[in-house]
Amino acid sequence: MSSGTTATPNSSRRLKAWLLSDSPESVFHARCQRFYLGWRAFSTNPIAMIGLLIIVSLVLTAAFAPLLTQGNGTEQHLSDRLLAPSGDHWLGTDELGRDIYERIVWGARITLYIVGLVGILVVPIGLVIGTVAGYVGGWVDNVLMRFTDIFLAFPRLILALAFVSALGPGIENAVLAIALTTWSPYARLARAETITIRNSEYIMAARLQGASGLRILYGHIAPLCISSVIIRLTLDMAGIILTAAGLGFLGLGAQPPLPEWGAMISTGRQYLLDQWWVATIPGIAIFVVSLGFNLLGDGLRDVLDPKSGSAG
Amino acid sequence: MANSGGSIVPGTGLGPSPHLLAARAANLLFTLTLTFVGLTAITFIIGRVMPADPVLSIVGDRASKEVYEAMYIELGLDKPLIQQYLIYLMNVLQGDFGKSIMTTRPVLDDIIRFFPATFELASVATIAGILIGVPMGVVAAVHQGRLIDHIVRVVGLIGYSVPIFWLGLVSLLIFYGWLGWLPGPGRIEVYYDGIVDPTTGFILIDSAMQKEWEIFRNALSHIVLPASMLTTFALAYIARMTRSFMLDQLNQEYVITARVKGLSELAVIWRHAFRNVLIQLITIIGLTYASLLEGSVLTETVFAWPGIGQYITNSLFNADMNAVIGGTVVVGICFVGINMISDALYRIVDPRAR
Repeated sequence: MSSGTTATPNSSRRLKAWLLSDSPESVFHARCQRFYLGWRAFSTNPIAMIGLLIIVSLVLTAAFAPLLTQGNGTEQHLSDRLLAPSGDHWLGTDELGRDIYERIVWGARITLYIVGLVGILVVPIGLVIGTVAGYVGGWVDNVLMRFTDIFLAFPRLILALAFVSALGPGIENAVLAIALTTWSPYARLARAETITIRNSEYIMAARLQGASGLRILYGHIAPLCISSVIIRLTLDMAGIILTAAGLGFLGLGAQPPLPEWGAMISTGRQYLLDQWWVATIPGIAIFVVSLGFNLLGDGLRDVLDPKSGSAG
Repeated sequence: MANSGGSIVPGTGLGPSPHLLAARAANLLFTLTLTFVGLTAITFIIGRVMPADPVLSIVGDRASKEVYEAMYIELGLDKPLIQQYLIYLMNVLQGDFGKSIMTTRPVLDDIIRFFPATFELASVATIAGILIGVPMGVVAAVHQGRLIDHIVRVVGLIGYSVPIFWLGLVSLLIFYGWLGWLPGPGRIEVYYDGIVDPTTGFILIDSAMQKEWEIFRNALSHIVLPASMLTTFALAYIARMTRSFMLDQLNQEYVITARVKGLSELAVIWRHAFRNVLIQLITIIGLTYASLLEGSVLTETVFAWPGIGQYITNSLFNADMNAVIGGTVVVGICFVGINMISDALYRIVDPRAR
């Protein structure tokens, strides 16, 4: 790892030569090269680049929300209720006189929070169940996969609805409900990957060296499953955002006064015909972000999984 | 997919042995039972175990100790959990989901009353999705990499990305609020309500059968917007899958053979390649249909459509757990059932999968 970092030259030409040389000198060098080649393929795909741009701006908006706005999106100015978009309030104000632009900006944080938390919950569950089932095989595999199939067979939104209704509304419970209904495809994916890796020679070598089953699973197999799991997660992100927004819209997700986009649409609904901006503008934000994740996921799949590229 | 081969290989003439068929049927039955047990177990946990105190949610916090104890025993909460679950399972098998607090009627009766509306909506949307999505996918595959292909791809991604409930509100705003072309929420105008006898429960079919054309037109104008919302999703999914299946087929050698024979491009595409796609599409259409049945929850809320989705959400806000759980189980069973049927159908139609 260390020898590569010192070799970084100043001129971009030498950097490029270093990135494209045929004989990588270290693991770090090889990784940089792989990343660079992947990036070159990725960056020629305009659709994926648009997606990346959207997601990067979402992250930046969330990070710099205090700089982009004056308040935190929850201050009420009852004298400025339901104002149309203007120079003072770019996107108008809602029924409590809160600036919609500010609420959209702060809502980016909530969206990222939900998406991140679901990812953090779902990936480990899927990886553990999938890799164990695939590596151990036999009745363990059978039991775990039957269990996974049960969750896979369920209607997701309805199950999430039932979960939230039992747990009580709230952003954490919405995250939990979404995670409980989305982990199963990851377990299937990780299992399929594990089965193809399980019998390869370097796993045999690791076993010969006396590595324990746990070490093989988490040192050798799980890291290889991660890339396909990440692609799947990117493709699922849009679905997660839409489900979270749907729960928010039904009043089961983030609770007021949090500026969650789905909940904003829900409150704006009663002013739809006269003050259209209250309900419609947050929806545009949801749409743009989930489109961004879909474009990015599509592009990533083209780059990282050339088999399904043009056919998908 | 297991059937990446070329055209349909003719069967051996003998067909699968009865022994194999029996084994497959047993396996299917086992999977079905297991899924059902899983579904009821999860809904049981949601309904009976997770709420802080199921007794309190029924008797209220002002009830005396005696009333509380009586309800505790009546609900069977003094019994072991596994026994409680078995009682629940027996009740569900007999179609007994308890009574709805909101409507004070058995939950199953409510569901039977609300279900046709959802079914009608999902059916119209699926049919529209097939009629538009399949040709879109085929055209995109034939013109792979060209402008029309990119347009179809982007339309598909938009269909996946748009929040359906928001699209519903926007379309209500434009077509009902601003333009006044289409009626507002609801399934039918109030003054037409209850005129047609609910033979099938589908207002469109009932009114057409009874030649009530005015009601038919009214119902049709009401269904256009909500069905279009669901169609957006169905269309995106069907077009995308059709395109990918079609590309698979167009790269097969039998297509080259057909072209070498001098067949017209239309014949090659529709009579040769598309026929094989058609079989694969059965599974996709089944999946779409099932997901529309559940996906109609948000659409029904936006359009005040009196279907099962609205029933579940309304019950949810009235803390009517029996109704929520009953609705979830029924939708879950339909969801699993439709997927199983489309899978079985696929096996019947495609000789290679037998």
